[in-house]
This record gives sequence, structure tokens and C-alpha cells, in this order.
Amino acid sequence: MNVITVERKILEKNDEIASKNRRAFSEHGIFTVNIVSSPGAGKTSILEQTIERLKGRVSLAVIEGDVQTDLDARRVAKYGVPAVQIVTRGGCHLEAGLVHEALQNIDLSTIQLLVIENVGNLVCPANYDLGEAVKVVVASTTEGDDKPLKYPAMFRNASVLIINKIDLLPYLKADLSTLRKNALSINPSLAVFETSCTTGAGIDEWCEWLVERTGRKDT
Amino acid sequence: MHELSVAQGIVDIVKQHVPEHELQSVRAIRLKIGAVAGIVQDSLEFSFGVITAESPLAGAVLAIETVPFVVKCRQCGRESLNEQGIILCSYCGSSDTNVIAGTEMQIAAIEVEDPSPEAS
Repeated sequence: MNVITVERKILEKNDEIASKNRRAFSEHGIFTVNIVSSPGAGKTSILEQTIERLKGRVSLAVIEGDVQTDLDARRVAKYGVPAVQIVTRGGCHLEAGLVHEALQNIDLSTIQLLVIENVGNLVCPANYDLGEAVKVVVASTTEGDDKPLKYPAMFRNASVLIINKIDLLPYLKADLSTLRKNALSINPSLAVFETSCTTGAGIDEWCEWLVERTGRKDT
Repeated sequence: MHELSVAQGIVDIVKQHVPEHELQSVRAIRLKIGAVAGIVQDSLEFSFGVITAESPLAGAVLAIETVPFVVKCRQCGRESLNEQGIILCSYCGSSDTNVIAGTEMQIAAIEVEDPSPEAS
């Protein structure tokens, strides 16, 4: 038996393209966030609110990832920002190569912030670097307070946790402090925001965090 | 179900190390998969079986070594093992730690059967 030593990362191809994306972002002074969550946690709603608040302050573009339809890109485009839809046709996550292709349709020289909305899924997107600066995980109160413990990889790899739909807490068994505690036990360095897209609570704080990190264009 | 794309990644890398005409001699592919890498072993084996069926790699098996999740504390210097992927140091409780193992997805080696002497 002949044993060939390999010692290579299985997803190295993805990681190589992600590095290429990251270089392009850094060359253009763009801060890139990769938003992940289970389906229906409110990623697109948070994005809509974010775009409204950043209007006139930060120039941004959006890449939308969905299994099917361009509904989300159309929702976002209504706010007058460039939005590119990636349809994965069954694929459960975005990969760096798909983002790289989508970038061909965005003028990087004009934007300071790129938001990539990943496919709704708390498992697979954790493994795929897209070249982003930070991963933002959205957990909604209706999902219960135990999700960080059940899907630790996503919470460990994220820098920001947005706890969304806090306006529904009075009707739910989920406990906000338990959700926070569970998430911070997996990753104590998470910046946590508590938001509601219905009342607008917490969105300003999240937007300020984003603006502080957004690339400055010298133009 | 990203195991399918992981299985495709394995096949791509194997093909870069083993010449086309020797692919059918590949008996096993040794993998190191972190305990919290988010890979379901059954799904990975199933996916690998599906994409290699009726190809020269059909019948090759995945020999998976699971690597435990370990963090090294930057405060007290000790290493702790945590099955649930929690990054707190289990000795001093600090969160100032580095993940040193348990999230990897790696091909360690490929086992290829030696060609029989008469078949040149």
C-alpha cells in the first residue's frame, strides 16, 4: 500500500477565492458584512431598516443569496441601492466563488459598505468564508433561546449577534437574558444588539456600530 | 447539506495528487474532521458515494479521524477540551482563548494500492 501525504484543507479552493474577494474589498476600502440566520429571522427586514438609516451617510451595495427567486434583491432595490441576487437553486449556502461572480456587477469604487445576505440556514454558511470582515448572526426571539447551543459554529464564527423581534417577547416563552447568556457562553466577544423591525428599537445602535467601521472614501 | 460540496472538494483534491489511470487503485482517503466542523459523517460518506459511483473512485472509502475541539488560554496558558465548542477556558474561565483544533476539514493522506507486478 502506497500512502500519499496530502495535508490540505478540503475547502481550500473556497478559501483562496475568499482571500481574493477580501483583497478587492480592502483595496477599495470597503467594509463587508456577511449576515447569516435561520430562514425568517428578519435579515432582509433589518437590512431594509439599515439602508433607510444609512441613506446619505454611507454608500452601500447588497448581495442577496437565496435558494430560489429574486424577491429579496427586488425588495432591497426599492431603496435605491445596487442589489445583486444570487440564486443557489437548492444550494444551502453562499460560496466565495458565487460572491466573486456577483462582484462583477457592482462598481466597487463607489461603495463603502457591502452587505451580503446569506441563504437562511444556521449550519452550512458557518463553514464558508466569503471574504467578509465580519459575520453577523441574527437570532429572532421566536426561534427560542437555545439556538446558540444547538448551532454553536455560527455563533462562534460571528462577531455580532442581533437578537431580533424583541417586540414579541411578551407573547413568548423565550427569555432574552437566557438567549444572551447562551450566545455569550459560546462566544464571549460577540457584540449584541436587541432589535425590532416593527418598533425600530435597537436599529440605531446597530447602524452606529456599522458606520464606525465603514470604510472612508477619500473622494 | 453542504456535505455534497465538501465531498466534491475531496474528489477535486484527490485528482490533483493521483494520476487519472491510478484513481481506481485508491482504497481510502484519510480525513481529519474537527468535532465542531459541522460535518455529519454519514452525510459525507453518502455524498461521496453518490458522486464517485460509476467513476474510477467508486469503492474508495473515507477514513475519518475526528479531531476534538481544543482551546488554548492566553491568560493561564492551559489547553481545555470542550465537546460543545464553548471557547471559555475550563481552568480559569477566561474567554481570552485561541481555538487550536476541532474546526478543521482536512485531507491528511490517500491510500493507493500498489499496482500488481504483472500489470505494468
